[in-house]
Amino acid sequence: MNAREKEEYLREYSILKNQGKSFFPYAVAKDGTMAAITMLVIIVMTLVLGAELGPKADATTTSFVPRPEWYFFFLFELLRVIKPPELTVLATVMVPTLWLVLLLLLPFFDRGPERHPLRRPIATLAGIATIAGMTYLTVIGALAGSPTEIVLQARGQEDGKLATASAGCLGCHRIGENGNEIGPELTDVGSRLPRQAIARTLLNPTAPMPTYQELQQKDPEKFQDIVDFLASLK
Amino acid sequence: MKLPIPPLPKALRPKPPRPGSRPAPNGSQANGAVRDLRPGAADGDGGGPSRGSGSTIPREQLREKALEVPIGIAGWLDERSGASPFARAFLYRKTPRGNNWAYTLGSATMFAFVAQAVTGVFLAMYYNPAPADAYESIARISNEVFLGEFVRGMHRWGATVMVVLIFLHMARTFFYGAYKYPRELNWLIGVVLLVLTLAMSLTGYLLPFDQRGFWATVVAVNINASGPIIGPYLADFLRGGAEFNATTLSRFYAIHMLLVPGLIAALIGAHLYLVAKLGITAPPWLKAEKDKALSRDEI
Repeated sequence: MNAREKEEYLREYSILKNQGKSFFPYAVAKDGTMAAITMLVIIVMTLVLGAELGPKADATTTSFVPRPEWYFFFLFELLRVIKPPELTVLATVMVPTLWLVLLLLLPFFDRGPERHPLRRPIATLAGIATIAGMTYLTVIGALAGSPTEIVLQARGQEDGKLATASAGCLGCHRIGENGNEIGPELTDVGSRLPRQAIARTLLNPTAPMPTYQELQQKDPEKFQDIVDFLASLK
Repeated sequence: MKLPIPPLPKALRPKPPRPGSRPAPNGSQANGAVRDLRPGAADGDGGGPSRGSGSTIPREQLREKALEVPIGIAGWLDERSGASPFARAFLYRKTPRGNNWAYTLGSATMFAFVAQAVTGVFLAMYYNPAPADAYESIARISNEVFLGEFVRGMHRWGATVMVVLIFLHMARTFFYGAYKYPRELNWLIGVVLLVLTLAMSLTGYLLPFDQRGFWATVVAVNINASGPIIGPYLADFLRGGAEFNATTLSRFYAIHMLLVPGLIAALIGAHLYLVAKLGITAPPWLKAEKDKALSRDEI
């Protein structure tokens, strides 16, 4: 917008403003009604949906697959859509950050004087595409499991896969295309360590890895599944 | 039946005019001006019963006085703070023609924030951010505290409502082109408020310390750690170390209830100030009808 367009807008706006009503009580009445509706929605949601409290957090053993709040599903879903490990950073940080920076700087690169949504098709389409993309990712994120589930094609080790996923190994270790890189990679741990060594490490790990002694005592079968699965990764 | 009228308290009696003050502003009504001056002068002399003189002051002048003379607590405050011009300018500012319901989304978001703050204060009275007791204190809130489960539910679902409202508000601003000149700065503040709101949601998710919140937070912090340059430092800051540990929970609690809400409240203040100063946008499809008088003036 150049100086003339700015001047024009300000003049036009001041005319429209002078033709309008005062904030109090007209806009206040609308805002108040909306606030009451907001309150009502919150109360109805509380009464209908309640406030569930899941099982207590346990850093060592868990049969739990992490799920974020639903409005973060689109972020988690990005992780699954962008598969190759070297691009994970792209999914987790770069894309959201870039999107955010674009959003922040929006008024600095979109400086045209036009405000009507139909007369600035690029901005409107970009907005609709963003909303559609986020909705799509949220929906498939809601329908699918957690991004830390193991998608590795291991040989018929369904129980072991599930047990490993639920034990939280992927919080620190990478298996195939999933997990984090705090601890050593487990993708081919079976070729590096024999079965017994894996079991020993699970029971007496080097810090900061938590011990799985409790799991072995409570659910030896599940513990064995994990050991079998890890040993099969070659 | 007619009750005896008690004498007016001193504060409500009409005040004598200050020395050097203008006489009645509507001097055109000679009658009113004369009547006004005399009882005023009489009051100043004797301080006698002023009810009679009060009733003789014409309505318009009474209104004038009500606006000009500070009365009671409001007047006391106003005299010292000078707030009433601001309040009047804020409340009686004009909003453009064509104001529709989409314009209430911003104030609804703010209302949701206030509701979160109120329910949050009550939850904080019972919550204990120690890893050994956090889950138990939430269970106590749910099971023992009067209306505890209801307030916790309101806080939990209020967060969802606030996130939805802030996105809708942003969509309205975007499609109406309301981020353009002269409101660019307000858009910037709004985007920061969106990020802070999501940060609230992220940090609050851990606090019940159940499996769901714990593991989701572990994953979220690990995602943070994978970011370039500041990622690992940010993750270390959030965890209070390289690992999830005993101080992580209280750290999230402090961020959730002190740091971020403080920032949000301050930025909402700035956001509102700019809204009041620059005015609410008009819907982009409205064109000002050429004001005949105005264009003639321009010529």
